[in-house]
Amino acid sequence: MAPILDIKNLKKNYGSTEILKDINVSIEPGDFLVLVGPSGCGKSTLLNCIAGLEPITGGSISIAGQDMTEVSPKDRNIAMVFQSYALYPTMSVAKNITFGMKVRGVDQATQDKKLQEVAAQLQIEQLLNRRPGQLSGGQRQRVAMGRALVRDPALFLFDEPLSNLDAKLRVEMRTEIKKLHQNLNASMVYVTHDQIEAMTLATKIVVMKGGVIQQIGSPAEIYNRPANLFVADFMGSPAMNLIPAKTRANGGATEIVIDRPAAEPLVLKDTQNANLPADVILGLRPEDIAEAGYRSGDNVQTADCMVEMVEPAGADTYVVSHLGGKQVTARLHAETTATPGAALPMAFDLSKVSYFAPETGARLN
Amino acid sequence: MTDMTVTNARSGGLSKIALRWILYILLGIFALYYLMPLFVMLTTSLKSLDEIRTGSLVALPRDVTFDAWRTAWSGACTGIQCEGLQPYFWNSVLIAVPAVMISTLLGAMNGYVVAQWRFKGANIIFSLMLFGCFIPFQVVLLPMATTLGKLGLAGTIPGLIFVHVVYGLGFTTLFFRNYYVTIPQELVKAAKVDGAGFFRIFWSIFLPLSLPIIVVTVIWQFTQIWNDFLFGVSFSQAGTQPITVALNNIVNSTTGVKEYNVDMAAAIIAALPTLLVYVVAGKYFIRGLTAGSVKG
Repeated sequence: MAPILDIKNLKKNYGSTEILKDINVSIEPGDFLVLVGPSGCGKSTLLNCIAGLEPITGGSISIAGQDMTEVSPKDRNIAMVFQSYALYPTMSVAKNITFGMKVRGVDQATQDKKLQEVAAQLQIEQLLNRRPGQLSGGQRQRVAMGRALVRDPALFLFDEPLSNLDAKLRVEMRTEIKKLHQNLNASMVYVTHDQIEAMTLATKIVVMKGGVIQQIGSPAEIYNRPANLFVADFMGSPAMNLIPAKTRANGGATEIVIDRPAAEPLVLKDTQNANLPADVILGLRPEDIAEAGYRSGDNVQTADCMVEMVEPAGADTYVVSHLGGKQVTARLHAETTATPGAALPMAFDLSKVSYFAPETGARLN
Repeated sequence: MTDMTVTNARSGGLSKIALRWILYILLGIFALYYLMPLFVMLTTSLKSLDEIRTGSLVALPRDVTFDAWRTAWSGACTGIQCEGLQPYFWNSVLIAVPAVMISTLLGAMNGYVVAQWRFKGANIIFSLMLFGCFIPFQVVLLPMATTLGKLGLAGTIPGLIFVHVVYGLGFTTLFFRNYYVTIPQELVKAAKVDGAGFFRIFWSIFLPLSLPIIVVTVIWQFTQIWNDFLFGVSFSQAGTQPITVALNNIVNSTTGVKEYNVDMAAAIIAALPTLLVYVVAGKYFIRGLTAGSVKG
């Protein structure tokens, strides 16, 4: 299948400042692409470039097989939902939704029909005569989505659409957007700085930093095999434990030696990975460290660790200890008896371990 | 609030109450001082010349007569003509109304461009326009007279409209620009994605949002243009003079007895339209000046 969106060697400069450097992304029809990264990483600029709201300095953008690099936003067959919703304040909800069709000269009967369809889909029929100022945040969000849906575009663009909502509503709307994507089987590009949003919504994630793509992959790939230290640290909450360690070969296996304050070094044996450099940074997700006895498998090893802090979070309890000069968070079951200041036997599951080079941050395994 | 005042008065005792009264009295005196000229003007305009000569300046009129008003409106002499203020009043209307409308509309467009369609040098152009607000009018009299002559507009009402539009643009642009920068840029982006162009966005989205600032601009421009004397006296000729120039001529060209009551009535007539604009649109004026961001 031809890609619905194909970005090649895209560059964007503001004066002499490089905002986006050599961006290459393409998605298939039906993909949900999420651009994620810290603020200032260029993700919103990239979205604006896709929309045609920002001219690009180099490269090309094609949408549904057509080169759109020089095409104006209205002719790109896109619809966009903005962070501030950007509803036209003086128009009613109905007028907001039909404005685009009115501008394009769609006849009144079609406008009414599409308006009713979209309103029913988003359950905003009773709001059609209100002004945006009379709506709640969640309702405005729906109207903004209605304005996009009514267009029936080749590509939907979302610019942090949920960041102005409160936490509960955000989760609700997230589910609705996901449902919408499934029902419409539409192609979407979605910008967020919230890595949980990225994980839950995406079929494909682009992690960006400083105008450079750090990694492109499915949520599982990004989560389980982060390409570098930045991605490892950025994706996942609580973040992946990144522990400085030394390695030494021991027969067919590799021994990972981690310094501990006031105790013997912790030595873990990895039978899957060989040929590691002497100094590495070991990446282990909090859920890959459990209380001994609660995890089994070939790659699970147990060691006593000093517990510094216990943070019950309802479903899980997070336990913080000190390894390799870093605080290390373990995700334990809720009924754990761990107490601060006491040693606890912990199980380290190395089946999903990541290794990174300390100097470059690049993934080693 | 009420409770607080009561407790304050109790705890503070008499001195607090006395202070409050002194404050009110002082404010009252200032208000009286400020309103005194208006009072004198009104009463004088309603007196006969005899009564003015014999009575006190601040006394109320014994016999209220509107003769002076009638004379001021349609009989007072400006130089050799004795038609009163009437024709000049309509001159002023013919100048002020189109000039206010054109300068407001152009200012809205300029403001829209400078605030929402950022282009290279937008800031420089805006600064230059702003600078235009502060050029003393005396400086431009001669160049403007030459320009009007070349345009064939010298001494005409369209010429005066042109002058007022040009010198109003700096302020109207400033007003609209400051209003429009508070409107999120995403609104323009959304409209662009919807397919609307430059003018469509202006007409359908920005102008409907602009009522408060339009009111402010109209009041400001109307007051400026209606009260203008310098341009009026420099760029008009007999028959196209605005009311301010005519008022001056009435007051200064009286021969024989000075008709204070007519002068006063004429001055009030000349001031009435601006007063009316404030009364009608005043509450929007305050609202517009303090209007911050637009709630989407």
